[in-house]
Amino acid sequence: MKADVSSSGPPLVELIRISKRYGDLLANDGIDLSIEPGEIHALLGENGAGKSTLVKILYGVIEPSAGEIRWEGRPVSIGSPVEARTLGLGMVFQHFSLFEEMTVAENIAVALSGEWSLANVRNRLSEISRTYGLALDADRAVWTLSAGERQRIEIVRCLLQNPRLLILDEPTSVLTPQEAEHLFVTLDKLSAEGCSILYISHKLEEVRRLCRRATILRAGRVVATIDPRASTAREIAALMVGNEVGDIRTDAPHTPQGEVLRVRNLDMPPVGLHGQALKDINLVVRAGEVVGIAGVAGNGQSELFAALSGERLAERNDAITIAGKPSGGMGIEARRRLSAAFVPEERLGHAAAPTHRLSENTLISHASTEVRSGFILLNAAKRLARTIIKSFDVRTPEGDPQARKLSGGNLQKFVIGREIIRKPKLLIVDQPTWGVDAGAARLIRQSLVDLARDGSAVLVVSQDLDELFEVADQMAVIHQGMLSPQKPIGEWTKEAIGLEMLGVAQAQGGAHAD
Amino acid sequence: MRIELTPRTSVSPVARALAPVAAFITSFLIAGFVIWLMGRSPIDAFDVYVLQPLSDPWSLQELLVKATPLALIAIGLSYCFRASLWNIGAEGQYVMGAIFGSWLALKTHGTDAGTWVLPLMLILGVIGGALYGLIPAFLKTRFGVNEILTSLMLVYVAQLTLDYLARGPWRDPKGFNFPQSVTFDTAATVPPILEAGRVHYGFVFALIAVAVTAVVLGRTLFGYRLKLTGDAPRAARFAGFSSKATVMAVFAISGGLAGLAGITEVSGQIGQIQPSISPGYGFTAITVAFLGRLNPIGILVAALVVALTFIGGESAQIMLKLPLDLTQAFQGILLLCVLAADALVSNRIRLVARGGGK
Repeated sequence: MKADVSSSGPPLVELIRISKRYGDLLANDGIDLSIEPGEIHALLGENGAGKSTLVKILYGVIEPSAGEIRWEGRPVSIGSPVEARTLGLGMVFQHFSLFEEMTVAENIAVALSGEWSLANVRNRLSEISRTYGLALDADRAVWTLSAGERQRIEIVRCLLQNPRLLILDEPTSVLTPQEAEHLFVTLDKLSAEGCSILYISHKLEEVRRLCRRATILRAGRVVATIDPRASTAREIAALMVGNEVGDIRTDAPHTPQGEVLRVRNLDMPPVGLHGQALKDINLVVRAGEVVGIAGVAGNGQSELFAALSGERLAERNDAITIAGKPSGGMGIEARRRLSAAFVPEERLGHAAAPTHRLSENTLISHASTEVRSGFILLNAAKRLARTIIKSFDVRTPEGDPQARKLSGGNLQKFVIGREIIRKPKLLIVDQPTWGVDAGAARLIRQSLVDLARDGSAVLVVSQDLDELFEVADQMAVIHQGMLSPQKPIGEWTKEAIGLEMLGVAQAQGGAHAD
Repeated sequence: MRIELTPRTSVSPVARALAPVAAFITSFLIAGFVIWLMGRSPIDAFDVYVLQPLSDPWSLQELLVKATPLALIAIGLSYCFRASLWNIGAEGQYVMGAIFGSWLALKTHGTDAGTWVLPLMLILGVIGGALYGLIPAFLKTRFGVNEILTSLMLVYVAQLTLDYLARGPWRDPKGFNFPQSVTFDTAATVPPILEAGRVHYGFVFALIAVAVTAVVLGRTLFGYRLKLTGDAPRAARFAGFSSKATVMAVFAISGGLAGLAGITEVSGQIGQIQPSISPGYGFTAITVAFLGRLNPIGILVAALVVALTFIGGESAQIMLKLPLDLTQAFQGILLLCVLAADALVSNRIRLVARGGGK
């Protein structure tokens, strides 16, 4: 066994030949991983590479089929998250588990065991907030907080239990660039104090900013343990994907033609207590171009998607014009008949029904061609599913599997392929590569660009700025339901976008100063 | 110690087919044990419950008679349940269908109205059940009222309406003050399939409902729409299906079929209006629908099985002095066993020792 001789004591935690088998699938295959005290260790890999399985084993959520976990050199078995916490592990999940109606302090107290009184929590909270620069108001209700602030609650919740090892799962996916930088400072500080951090991500730049060691997983195995600062992003990406990652071709001549989508002064009231209202949205997408909409999650992206797709109707019919037809009051099927196509953010449950086969899932947006006088043309549906699988390189475990059996990246390729194959004049995509591996993301971005070059209008809503810089010709930023002016991509800097995301630019512009 | 269920990656079709059989055997073993605790021989009970009804031509007919309303109602309910809409007021829709249809039977009583009476009665029965089913649907789509509550409460309204009619306006004046109507004319009676047999044409309606539903659910856009609404409501909206229209449609269908069951039962089996016209078919049909896994053929089989427990339960009461409640208990055990068997086919069960290694 390879003991790490460079450090004085044993590693804080050591995973030895960890394997996890689900039926025929080997999710983790003999994984070795060790984390030193005070180290920020990155765990890199595509979706489906086995990162979450490994972390769940470490946190006691699932049991390994084989292998051993050592804590400070002693073999331990972690049977549940409670045992993991007693041992000194803390975990910040990608999706927060907070009660919206309760205050920050209440949310923290609820998660801790009985001996913590609310007053106690409040004291420790302000202490920790000061020490680590995690500004939090103990008495604010959670629903009034931004995603970054919510994440701070989760982090503070872990820190209150004095963890020796903090696990963070894709922590920056919901943050602005400025908020992310803030988080990195906190993590550096924690690490300097001797708390180890396991940092799970697929964003190479931040891994290089934070970590000195990174373990890269591919298909359930460790392919390399490297120093991310000593390798280029391209080399690391190649290790993760298993082959060289190419750039997106955008060089084809680009001449935008007529307007396909125009949004004029679109207003929409919020849905429910914590929904986001849309305020005075103006937007133009022309044939042959990709327009990007950037913004931090929860600023009205899904509301905008619902309004543009027709899942929610606008009050004025002329608020939205598709292919020259006022269509604000049209339902989604009517808009599809105007040759518009839509891909929502959620793959499972919104774009596709998890327990339905892929062929059945084609019906969702192809009912007009796959149904004759009320009867489903089963063979046509199966043929279409096969064509999509082939043209968009969808890897499936069987010929016509249920949607939930596909990995995130493959299902996303299928869902996007299902719309592109209709050759729509207008395609609206919300978060096209969210949680998708690098290989699939590249294919998806390329097909969006290709569709635009073939003369369609494409609108991409995304939180991933790098993605927008790669594919978009024009861009605007959404913040609290308001859309910034739309400008050619070359006129945007990352800093300017960050300011728009925080709403600072609008306040400076005086348009919404209060 | 704790018990963990982990989903199996692949489910063998053989196991899935054998699951109900295993469930059946298990529930017989459990019921046999209960009967043994009550001091009776489980073997005698099995004979009385299962073997005798199945070997006697009279009870075989009775089996089909009892299975008819169960199958009709459960088929209707399967439309609702597929779409994850919980209509548990089929009993009320059944009663309302019976009331609507019987109105015509009593209106034409003693006249020489011709063969048009019966078809019209059946249509009225369907309309009555459908309209009554649309009340909770309307309340849900218009005001967001939970359909479970409204559909259940409307059962009592329907039952009391029937009670009032049987004791009041529709009572037979020459009936010695018994709370029942006149006996329906032949023109208002669903005829038996075989002359002098007990099985009436209601059973044929049930078979037709099974066949039509198998096609609708498996082959049409409407059936797909129900499945999608039930399995992934957001995806259904994304596909452009209006959820309000779906709610209205499935409640109308299940109410209509329950109404049809009600009027065929009254005019084919009972022959007159009484304060009570159902031993709880509308509720038992919920069990039947899930026993049949919401599959039309499965529902038909389940209806026959549950009808058997009704008949067996009656003879066990007479011959073994076993309480009739045991029948309901057995139906419950059977349902639980089938659901458990399904869960075990698609999941692996594992005992995990707590706190090992400490």
